[in-house]
Amino acid sequence: MLMKKIVGIFTSLKLTVTLLAFSIVLVFVGTLAQADEGLYSAQAHYFKQWIVVGAQIFGHHIPLLLPGGYLLGVLLLVNLVCGHIYRFQLTPKKIGIQLAHLGVIVLLVGQLSTDLLSRELQMHFTQGETRSYSDSATEYELNIVSGDVGIAFPEKVLKPGSELRHENLPFTVRVKQHWHNSDASFRAPMMKNAPPLTTNGVALHFDFSSAPDVKAMDSRNIPTAIIEIITDKGSLGEWVASDWSGDPGLVANFQQSYAEKIGATMAHDLAVKLAAQQSISVGGKTYSFTMRPARVRHPFSMTLLKATHTVYPGTDIPKDFRSRVLIDNAATKEKREVEISMNHPLRYGGYTYYQYQMTAGEMVERAGQTPSSVLSVVRNPSWLTPYVGCILVGIGLIIQFMYHLIGFISKAKTKAKAI
Amino acid sequence: MNKILQKWAPPLLMFVMALWFFGNLRAPKDTTFAFTEFGQLPLTANGRIVPLDSLARNSLLEIREKQTLNAEPWKSWTEKPKIIPAIEWLANVMMNPVVADEWPAFRVDNPDLISLLKLPEKDFAKHFDGKHYSWNQIQPALDTFRKENDRVQRIEAANRTAYENAIVKMNQRLSLYEQLKNSVQPANAQDWPAEIEAFEKMIPEAVAAAKAQQAGEKFDQQKFAEFAGYVQAFQFMSGWQPPLILPPNGTRDWRRMGDALLDAPRGATLDAFIHAYVAMTGAFAANDPDQFNAALRELQSQLVATQPTAVAKARAEVFFNQMQPFYGAMVIYVLAGLLAVFYWFNLSETIRRCSVWLVWLALVIHTVGLIYRMVLEGRPPVTNLYSSAIFIGWGAVVLGLILEKFHRNAIGLVVACGIGFITLIIAHHLALNGDTMEMMRAVLDTNFWLATHVVAVTIGYASTFVAGFLGLLYVVLGVFTPNLTRPMTKTGASIVGTAGALIAKGHRLQANKEFSEAAEKGELGKSIARMIYGIVCFATLFSFVGTVLGGIWADQSWGRFWGWDPKENGALIIVLWNALILHLRWGGIIRERGLVNCAIGGNIVTAWSWFGVNMLGIGLHSYGFTDAAFKWLVLFVVSQLAFIALGSLPLKSWRSFGHKTVPA
Repeated sequence: MLMKKIVGIFTSLKLTVTLLAFSIVLVFVGTLAQADEGLYSAQAHYFKQWIVVGAQIFGHHIPLLLPGGYLLGVLLLVNLVCGHIYRFQLTPKKIGIQLAHLGVIVLLVGQLSTDLLSRELQMHFTQGETRSYSDSATEYELNIVSGDVGIAFPEKVLKPGSELRHENLPFTVRVKQHWHNSDASFRAPMMKNAPPLTTNGVALHFDFSSAPDVKAMDSRNIPTAIIEIITDKGSLGEWVASDWSGDPGLVANFQQSYAEKIGATMAHDLAVKLAAQQSISVGGKTYSFTMRPARVRHPFSMTLLKATHTVYPGTDIPKDFRSRVLIDNAATKEKREVEISMNHPLRYGGYTYYQYQMTAGEMVERAGQTPSSVLSVVRNPSWLTPYVGCILVGIGLIIQFMYHLIGFISKAKTKAKAI
Repeated sequence: MNKILQKWAPPLLMFVMALWFFGNLRAPKDTTFAFTEFGQLPLTANGRIVPLDSLARNSLLEIREKQTLNAEPWKSWTEKPKIIPAIEWLANVMMNPVVADEWPAFRVDNPDLISLLKLPEKDFAKHFDGKHYSWNQIQPALDTFRKENDRVQRIEAANRTAYENAIVKMNQRLSLYEQLKNSVQPANAQDWPAEIEAFEKMIPEAVAAAKAQQAGEKFDQQKFAEFAGYVQAFQFMSGWQPPLILPPNGTRDWRRMGDALLDAPRGATLDAFIHAYVAMTGAFAANDPDQFNAALRELQSQLVATQPTAVAKARAEVFFNQMQPFYGAMVIYVLAGLLAVFYWFNLSETIRRCSVWLVWLALVIHTVGLIYRMVLEGRPPVTNLYSSAIFIGWGAVVLGLILEKFHRNAIGLVVACGIGFITLIIAHHLALNGDTMEMMRAVLDTNFWLATHVVAVTIGYASTFVAGFLGLLYVVLGVFTPNLTRPMTKTGASIVGTAGALIAKGHRLQANKEFSEAAEKGELGKSIARMIYGIVCFATLFSFVGTVLGGIWADQSWGRFWGWDPKENGALIIVLWNALILHLRWGGIIRERGLVNCAIGGNIVTAWSWFGVNMLGIGLHSYGFTDAAFKWLVLFVVSQLAFIALGSLPLKSWRSFGHKTVPA
């Protein structure tokens, strides 16, 4: 009896309709909120979420309670699968609808698994550089290197007060402070009265401070941490580990922004100081540390041979971005050149490489810079599901549509004959 | 006689309208300057080869929001103000700016901007209309304007006020005007042919002087300074980044006049193209049509010999500009739509057929325009917002005609004409942003996905609008007329008539059966509801497939099937909405009127996806659109909500159902 009731609820059209209606509201609210919250945080707030509490729309806080994307997706999936099993009929009248719904199931499952399994990375290189790793676009790590040994602590363990240990490290790292996003500014002599953040390294010349998370697409957070190095003999002092000093692109931007204020030579000195390696000597070994995007190593390397950015004649409308890349894979003895361009990605070694950003072309060459390219590197085991889902739904709906259309036309014909 | 009229009136009417359309194809004859041929000259602007005629029309659209220039805007239409064709205006801007600078070519609407520029207010007696101003009227306030513009440019586009947006727009218009003025000669040239002649003569000596100067020897100071003056003028020209008017020559691709002249001292001789343009400029400024036409013909023969494809392409586009197929189709849709509505008053099959024939004519013209554009661009039909409007209209008309073929009650015709007309009006307003055949940015540069994803999604838009428009008709006809419960076809009426006659004769049983059958099947309302249902199924198919194809495209180009981008979400909402309607109907939760109201809701959802999301200014798809459209979107949404409210009125207040008389 109860079982029947539960089956009744989960297979009911009323549930389908309710879920569809909530989905429409959720997608609408989630889209509007993107203007305020930014593309990524709105996604996390509305779509990659079980329950949505409150919304931020056009600067107003709106109190509301909505089922989130995960909840709706899972319920729709349950509803679909139950309905599918419960109502399954292999008749010409129903086959189209069955196929279409099967396609939707494939799509939903595919998207849920993409969400769980896919990984998005980036590969940055300037012309001539070789890379055998990709960087995460959103995750960071505190990286400590000595000689060939590198140890990485992911950002999520960097909670203030926590102590990080590793068997290859002769010291403990105590996290004093961690900012998910941060600003950096120069400590001009005579101008700053407050003491520096730490008494060692980069903090002597620069101040770092917490900043709100970025909202815009294509912009990223720049994390900074204050760490204390503790050996069994006691503390060796506090240091700042920041992505500001680790990323050459950020250093260049920093230099540029100061060049206007204090002149090119001084800005250059600043840049050198900011980019200086932060390191410490323990037990005769030097350990250098920095915050940097989380890294994934590949068993092969890629060299950027040429980055090309063409525009339509007489305009700055981009016509084409392409990177010519040399793949060098010792395991398979492959050494070949490939071309990656917009809409023509490279699928290799379980990852797909897409042309993402580029600094190249006439302007860059005239400014005397080396062209560079950013590839988006994606691993998505369920990338095929949308293709399958789309084909199933398409065929299903066409069958259903044709079935009705033929019925309608033949009826119209007999009616015309009768008159 | 009557029979002949019934048979031949529709084709005759179509023939008359076709004649009207073809009559517009011929360009007016030039009596003095050969403007028509001048307009056919190819050049490179916006990254593509265009005829001067298109450059003229698009520039004037951008600056004045019209394809022609009214030189006397203070006069009313009855006073016959002087209307100047775009190409004549452009010729003056490029070659005789003294005249063009006096013409009121700049449209300025924002009152704050008008007062910033110290422009005169409306005063017809003094020849000011308060909206259109000349370069010479604006020029004195340019310094003030530039300062204000510098400030505004630093503000993020999303945070600008209406006045600040007006500043940005004005800046674009002024820059465009400067570009055009500097495309053949420096804007301030006094006697261009003489200056070029002097420059050309001076080249060997000047080059020698420059070499001597570099070697530290004695050199002719005066010659050197004079030459530097020229170089500066040419650099000034190119600095504006005007269109590339000079065709390729030798190793050089399409060039700007300024760049080509800067090349001269480096050993490149002034070629025939440069001389021809200079000669034309001199003749035009001197008001000498014969010499102008001679130089033009010389240039044309050179072009035909060296650039046959560019010349052919430019000519084809001029023909397209002249044809104005979408304007022609729009006019005919209006006429056909009026006839179709008229049909409901007298149920004359002849009138309905007239309307059908006219819609077919308009559709053919619409299609020709669509295909012509595709061939000119070498692209699938939809490449930007403008072409999406054209294509949505086209799709809706095709669907309307199909509906009419089966139902024959003029509903399909009214839908076809209504949506055809509205979308072409929207397209007309979108064209004000300038060139509608702009080049595709790198990500979008793929004909395969443009042909599949974009076309499928756009058909999804079109069919959802068709369903929504059908819903509007249902509500309007039901609430305000008694027609919804009547069979609005000749055959339907005859069935009811037969049934009535049978009842009169006393065949009660049989008559009742036939009558109720006729009433059920033939009722206009039932017929519309069936159409809506069919179209919603169709819309679900296309919007779903289109949306998923878009995801696959995204997966192909940046590895993310779904990114929750606003445009993607907009399309997803359409899919969900259509799926919701179908499930509501299947579950019996809504019936005829619920279906109708939901279909009208589809209009809101589709308008949101088509225009609304572009106004959010975020994401990859936000290819930008002015906020003028925002006002219209809000108005549209409110109107649709009003119709839904009307459609939710209790049936007894509907004229169609309130007085329904059921036969005994």
